[in-house]
Amino acid sequence: MRGAARTRDAHLKPAVSTPQPPVFRLARAGVVFGRVPPLNALAEVSLAVHAGERIALIGANGCGKSTLLRLLHGLLMPSVGEVWRAPRVAHAMVFQRPHMLRTSALNNVAMGPWLRGVRWREAKALALAALQRVGLEGLGQRPASKLSSGQQQRLALARACALSPQVLFLDEPTSSLDPHAKREVEALVQQLAREDPYLTLVFASHNLGQVKRLASRVIYLEQGRVLADLSVADFFSGQLLQTHYGQAHLFVKGEFV
Amino acid sequence: MMTSFTESLTTALQLVSALDSTLVTIVARSLGVSALACALACGVGLPLGAWLGVARFPGRALVLTFLNTLLAVPSVVVGLVVYLLLSSSGPLGSLGWLFSFKAMVFAQSLLVLPVVTALTRQVVEDAANHHGEQLQSLGAGTLLRAGLLASDERYALLTVVIAAFGRAISEVGAVMIVGGNIEGFTRVMTTAIALETSKGDLPLALGLGMILLSVVLVLNALIALIRLWREQEPVGCAAPPGLEMRT
Ligand SMILES: Nc1ncnc2c1ncn2[C@@H]1O[C@H](COP(=O)(O)OP(=O)(O)OP(=O)(O)O)[C@@H](O)[C@H]1O
Ligand SMILES: [Mg+2]
Repeated sequence: MRGAARTRDAHLKPAVSTPQPPVFRLARAGVVFGRVPPLNALAEVSLAVHAGERIALIGANGCGKSTLLRLLHGLLMPSVGEVWRAPRVAHAMVFQRPHMLRTSALNNVAMGPWLRGVRWREAKALALAALQRVGLEGLGQRPASKLSSGQQQRLALARACALSPQVLFLDEPTSSLDPHAKREVEALVQQLAREDPYLTLVFASHNLGQVKRLASRVIYLEQGRVLADLSVADFFSGQLLQTHYGQAHLFVKGEFV
Repeated sequence: MMTSFTESLTTALQLVSALDSTLVTIVARSLGVSALACALACGVGLPLGAWLGVARFPGRALVLTFLNTLLAVPSVVVGLVVYLLLSSSGPLGSLGWLFSFKAMVFAQSLLVLPVVTALTRQVVEDAANHHGEQLQSLGAGTLLRAGLLASDERYALLTVVIAAFGRAISEVGAVMIVGGNIEGFTRVMTTAIALETSKGDLPLALGLGMILLSVVLVLNALIALIRLWREQEPVGCAAPPGLEMRT
């Protein structure tokens, strides 16, 4: 299955053709919330994420997309199974509703590198560069929470970029934005992916158009289980999905009804 | 009865407006004791509460239950405990603090420490539940997260400080027991009101009562103002505390 994900059409954005080492590996990992009754937010998830892959996580609300992102990012510990991370791989996450601290946009971005041990002055320089990448350099001194939600989402992207991540996790980064801001944020993600072919993207999305535009590989989740893990071409080819991945096929069809 | 009340009220107003020296000293002492006590309690309670709001450790639920129990301890009990600690045969007797300004500060600090800690814990924990993960994602460990969330919630915590000051200045049990209500020495507003009322000197009691009431009113107005102001999303542009230290 992974072999299929690695052979990509030329027009697809992800551009690493030689096999890359894995950056994350999950072995029968599960996450259980609560005790009475226990909720299996993720169960028996085994997968490897390789450098340069652009993975879309899709599935209905509550299927475990955010939980999988949090598990990979290290915000959650697996209740069962194993999570392996390649050493010295920097990863950052953009949340569905980014929260900015009550300080300037620039300080919010500089906070990340500073928290990882960079001196404040240098962190600010990194932050400025990151703000330029997302086109917010003019708003650095503005209070972050005064920015529009689209600008805040770009700010969140800058905050993640300032950490120079090799892996970028995005949890429905555009789902709370208007169509214009949605396009802007998506274009930024595309640009980041184009600039660094080894940048690994793992993102959750409810927007299948966006999945087609950004992903090289699609993971379909249902009730915490991975029911399909295919290259984007295979996933959207229809025939394969219909014959072998009935539930994923229904989900995709439902999205287009 | 009615005339004596109106007379007392008039005399009281005269005392207040003439800035009667006895009255002024008592008010100043009261404000001093409570401000110091509040500052000391905040020095410990704000960081402790912030840490409790973020840290997860075995026995945390027990600690929080204990903290909430401390909230309900009446001031006379705190006074009694501090009295026992400071009395000549107590463990801190050698300090010689009993019936002094210091004893009153000590007692009131202990009284409001749980208030500051518990309220701070609540504020910071709510913030942590809401977006603590995003700070964790950036690489902030428990202590930094506690500090950043507390500084981000500074307006909410300001109301906590004011509420603690209000609790300190309006309590009577603790200062009465450990201060002894000694005239010109440890007499504060609340103990003076209690004494003057029992002596029948209503004007002084009423005058002090009015001042105490206005202090509390001002404090509550401040809290209301801060809330109002916060709803309009005030934002400072200062670096979070400690950020400059690393440069
Ligand atoms: N901290 C938590 N405590 C308890 N249950 C949780 C917690 N976080 C998530 N869950 C539960 O785990 C399941 C998976 O949640 P998750 O947020 O991963 O879904 P999702 O696929 O991201 O959904 P959405 O599309 O709505 O964002 C849900 O049933 C959710 O209620
Ligand atoms: Mg989610």
